[in-house]
Amino acid sequence: MSEDQIKKMEAERSRSLEAEFEARIARDEKIEPKDWMPEKYRQTHIRQISQHAHSEIVGMLPEGNWITRAPSLRRKVALLAKVQDEAGHGLYLYSACETLGISRDELYEQLHSGKAKYSSIFNYPTVTWADIGAIGWLVDGAAIINQVPLCNTSFGPYARAMVRVCKEESFHQRQGYEIMLKLCEGTAEQKELAQDALNRWWWPSLMMFGPTDAESTHTEQSMKWKLKRKTNDELRQQFIDQTVPQAEILGLTIPDPDLKWNEERQSYDFGEINWDEFWQVVKGHGPMNKERMKARVGAWERGEWVRDAAMAHAEKQQERKAKEAV
Amino acid sequence: MKNKNLYNYILGIADNSLILGQRLGELCGHGPSLETDIACTNMSLDLLGQVRSYYQYAAKIAGDGRTEDDIAMLRKESEYFNVLLVEQPNTDFGYTMARQFLFDVYHFLMLTELEKSTDLNLSAIAKKSIKEVSYHKRFSSDWINRLGDGTEESHSRIQTAINDLWTYTDELFHQTEADEAMVAEGVGVDVTKLKGAYYEEVNSVLEEATLSVPESKYFQKGGKQGIHTEHMGYLLAELQYMQRTYPNMEW
Amino acid sequence: MSNKKNWPLWEVFVRSKNGLEHRHFGSLHAADAEMALENARDVYTRRNEGVSIWVVESKHITASNPEHNGELFEPAKDKVYRHPTFYDLPDDVKHM
Repeated sequence: MSEDQIKKMEAERSRSLEAEFEARIARDEKIEPKDWMPEKYRQTHIRQISQHAHSEIVGMLPEGNWITRAPSLRRKVALLAKVQDEAGHGLYLYSACETLGISRDELYEQLHSGKAKYSSIFNYPTVTWADIGAIGWLVDGAAIINQVPLCNTSFGPYARAMVRVCKEESFHQRQGYEIMLKLCEGTAEQKELAQDALNRWWWPSLMMFGPTDAESTHTEQSMKWKLKRKTNDELRQQFIDQTVPQAEILGLTIPDPDLKWNEERQSYDFGEINWDEFWQVVKGHGPMNKERMKARVGAWERGEWVRDAAMAHAEKQQERKAKEAV
Repeated sequence: MKNKNLYNYILGIADNSLILGQRLGELCGHGPSLETDIACTNMSLDLLGQVRSYYQYAAKIAGDGRTEDDIAMLRKESEYFNVLLVEQPNTDFGYTMARQFLFDVYHFLMLTELEKSTDLNLSAIAKKSIKEVSYHKRFSSDWINRLGDGTEESHSRIQTAINDLWTYTDELFHQTEADEAMVAEGVGVDVTKLKGAYYEEVNSVLEEATLSVPESKYFQKGGKQGIHTEHMGYLLAELQYMQRTYPNMEW
Repeated sequence: MSNKKNWPLWEVFVRSKNGLEHRHFGSLHAADAEMALENARDVYTRRNEGVSIWVVESKHITASNPEHNGELFEPAKDKVYRHPTFYDLPDDVKHM
């Protein structure tokens, strides 16, 4: 056979494998790590799962900023447990990603070098205690909307990790809302803190759903692979519709003069999102991008001698065991 | 206060857990690996859980309307009775583990005795805490061993941390007035009696980790009397920030 | 990428209560078995999920290749006589 013929046969084989692969996903079958998969599927999943994992561990930083200053012991343990959960979720997701043949260290390197992205929301600062409430309520609320459909995504390890994540995260949003509620029932000063936090976190939360559908590049493919069930705009609308009544219960005002109930659509109309700000932060020029990366890289570098020591000890132990066995 | 000695005795125990829990809390998100980060946060959560039980009990004894949070966050520095050891900063992971280990061995011995207290509240708290602390001790001892045996760098770092923190170990076995009164009543633990077992265990772990036992005989004290190191004020500034900035509010 | 040795990957199996089997819970990194057990405890049983943990270094697991699924698993599909419903018995026969 000529080289051309071989190439042609290979291409055909890969086409039929791919057709079978897509058909399996369409039948709601799960894909497991050792199954054949198109290279694009593997790469897309590495990108999305690792971005998700990075978001969890970078997300520890803004909230971790208030652990030592939490206003009561009850709030302190709840916040610690929540930030710890995020470490756990990062870990589950890195593990899922590792089944695709990339190591956690390589993924860290992508994060630390700025090659990998993470959720832009974490590039905003937490300047008051109320921000911890706002993050729990809005950011976790938005995250849940994004994440619940992923429990059914096509890649088995990702779906399983997400089931665990969603189960554990159910307390996070409640915690945040409870913080806000307490502030709003408190003194005028406390309520002001709550309103100020909502003012600063509302728009970045809406941006968490990503660019508008017209601008979004990955949507169609992601839908097919069940990495996405609804479009960015649909999810954003769902978030707004469910959050506005929650703000009313708190007695807070959503900082959007154009926000209005649309009887015909049975949904809220809302104002223009500042996409320039969105892209500025995505490109690394948000208020905290540099600090967040510095903190991550710093922790990793300061931990190097510790990780090396543990490895060296493990190797010595094995050698000693081997010697004993002789 | 009718039972001032018991109140102070409880604070003497609880403040150690509060301050160490706070120190460990600083590390959340900054650990050498995700797994280690999660483990240190677990220890922090255990300690803060214990703290709440102790302070809730202390608040009941005080009977003046103060809550656990008032006790935790609204005292002056001189009114915290924790040992100097636990307030030492997270200089590096070596110091964090050395501090943890030097405290855990004591903590475990103390709780084992406290479980026998005639005060049923304290006995119950001790009984629950002892399982947590038993794990802490295991975790920190394992790390002492790893770092001591690991690389040249880790050996030297953990040895330095042990040497530096050694000076704070003797204070663990000092008795305060409240201690003496509570020991006499069968409520408190006679910490002076724990010293032998403590150094025996600490030394054996250090030796296994190929570390040398510091020979210095000069020790620092003062925490139990409310005279702290310079680190303490900053730790309290963070711990108390909200309660001080926004007095008399609920969160 | 440095060629340094990083903590290897371990698979974690947890028995959620006595009477149940150990189930695969996930994976983690640890330098040695002892640490893998401790990490598994700290990572996977934070919400009281377990009473017993197994850890095994991932590289020690031998897995079947899905490409062989045909020869491995399909031959068992038509051996219906291994299932009780294959056998016809009169309805009067109870408890069998």
